[in-house]
Amino acid sequence: MATIPQSAAKAPAEGGSSSLIQIDDLHKYYDLGETKVHALRGINVRIERGDFVAIMGASGSGKSTFMNILGCLDKPTSGRYLLEGIAVSDLSKKELATIRNRKIGFVFQGFNLLSRTTALENVELPTLYAQISKEEGRKRAREALELVGLGDRMQHYPSQLSGGQQQRVAIARGLVNHPSILLADEPTGNLDSRTSVEIMEVFQKLNDDGLTVVMVTHEPDIAEFAKRGIHFRDGTIRRDERVQNRPVAVEVLKNMPALED
Amino acid sequence: MDLLAIIRIAMRALARNKMRSILTMLGIIIGVGAVIAMVSVGQGAQLQAQQQIAAMGSNMLFVQSGTVNKGGMRMGWGATKTLVYDDMVAILRECPSVAAAAPGSQASAQVVFGNDNWATNINGTEPQYFDIRSWPFAEGTSFTQDDVTTAANVAVIGETVRKNLFGATDPVGQTVRINNLSFKIVGLLTPKGTSAAMGQDQDDVILVPITTLQKKITGQDWLRWIMVSALSKDASYTAQQQITSLLRDRHRIRTGQDDDFFVRNLADVADLADQNARLFTILLASIASISLLVGGIGIMNIMLVSVTERTREIGIRMAIGATEQDVQQQFLIEAVVLSVVGGAIGILSGMGASYLITQTLGWPVLVSPTAIFAAVLFSMAVGIFFGFYPARKAARLDPIDALRYE
Repeated sequence: MATIPQSAAKAPAEGGSSSLIQIDDLHKYYDLGETKVHALRGINVRIERGDFVAIMGASGSGKSTFMNILGCLDKPTSGRYLLEGIAVSDLSKKELATIRNRKIGFVFQGFNLLSRTTALENVELPTLYAQISKEEGRKRAREALELVGLGDRMQHYPSQLSGGQQQRVAIARGLVNHPSILLADEPTGNLDSRTSVEIMEVFQKLNDDGLTVVMVTHEPDIAEFAKRGIHFRDGTIRRDERVQNRPVAVEVLKNMPALED
Repeated sequence: MDLLAIIRIAMRALARNKMRSILTMLGIIIGVGAVIAMVSVGQGAQLQAQQQIAAMGSNMLFVQSGTVNKGGMRMGWGATKTLVYDDMVAILRECPSVAAAAPGSQASAQVVFGNDNWATNINGTEPQYFDIRSWPFAEGTSFTQDDVTTAANVAVIGETVRKNLFGATDPVGQTVRINNLSFKIVGLLTPKGTSAAMGQDQDDVILVPITTLQKKITGQDWLRWIMVSALSKDASYTAQQQITSLLRDRHRIRTGQDDDFFVRNLADVADLADQNARLFTILLASIASISLLVGGIGIMNIMLVSVTERTREIGIRMAIGATEQDVQQQFLIEAVVLSVVGGAIGILSGMGASYLITQTLGWPVLVSPTAIFAAVLFSMAVGIFFGFYPARKAARLDPIDALRYE
């Protein structure tokens, strides 16, 4: 992993910036031996608290790389990334793990739950790595599961849950440490269209309650549920616009035929 | 994260794959169990050898008539006729390190009592023989010095002879026939068991006055052996030298010529037996340790499989905030839990096996706390040693690649 020569960017949150995320001139190179891949070519973006952002783009557009950096799983080659005023790009691996644990909630396309582990224990997992008591962790896990409407499925194993329910468990896991931001990577990629809208309903509800959500998707009709769409292409941002005529998931669901199993 | 939480996570992960965890532990269980059982058996054998030799008397010397070279034919021990009663008298008189001595001669004969008969060794000796060998009587007494003087037909029998000839009958006072001569049984010796040094049944014996044996049974006037006790264990080495030079002198053996007798120092035999038993223990323990090593490799193997299989889980844990250290600790603790739980079960099964060996084979078995302590430490060390590499491999995974792993 490349270390980044950073000196100018040490001072946190100067200029009275109140953005949740501030990214300045972010570059990412992948060194593949003979060839160098320039995955991100100077990204500048700010995400405010309470926003709901959909990130779109074809595969190879750099959106996954961007999400990995946003999620503190990867480091930029150059540029500055401030998360709540903290210069994340300067942190050590261990500090990044702490940031991921406290400030970021992850939701993945493949749910990524631990098998043979109950929904409650899956949701509890991030609290085990946080400095909170077991009792507090369990209490938060229950609250998070109730928030996503799975209060009656706590002792179920992932294999006993539908895809939509599994994704809700994953969302609850993302919420359990009260993060600043929820990052979702293709959260509806493995779900049918009705269940996808149901997940969007959860996201919209959480967003209405003040949670910042950033979601990668390649489905334009899913992206519509966000407040803002950012389009990536060839490692740069092509378009960044507010979503017009944003549908409300609850209303959409009313007009969707319920699928019979 | 505190250690207790990590242990809990490790236990949960192991419980998720019960069959595999049990099979992996089995290697350690067998290893630790084998070490404990084998060390216990070895130490028991060592203890028994020491006890037997102590019972035999470690300050004892055994002078045997030697070999002779008759025109190129070497005759083996006991072939010479040069060891005589006067040699014993001379030893008692001239060797200051010698405390007591008893002469001995030997014959094989059929012993008859009623309808039963039994072939055994007839040893001729004098009463002090029983003191030198510290061999107490179960019943009756020794024959007396008077019996020796008069060449009386009296006999002392060993436990094996009693069992085979008399069964339930009280032997003392009974009369047996040896070579058509009647012998009155005056004493029964306590059982001494199989000799650790010589490997023969010491209880399969009849003892009669030396004179009776020489005059009435064998017709020979030379001795097969002289049993000598030194003043102490340390004195037995000087006694050996004194006896050797005295007998060479008396038998007129010139410098350069071989002895026509043989002095065996039982302190040497004791040391040798002790050494053998110790070697036996080390050998058993090292063979058992190899199985512990194999068990450890089994743990490493399974942990490596586990890390590969759970790559995605590692990715998830890292994404939600586990540090490299957390992941490494988790896998290390899993390996240690496997080996320590296996070790604990191994200790129990090792003790069980030791008990079974005692019960079925009648061997003395000594379960030593040292062996148990060492087994616990060793199994923990095995867990850490063989768990370290897989755990490190897990911790070094890149979370992005790990999450993408299919």
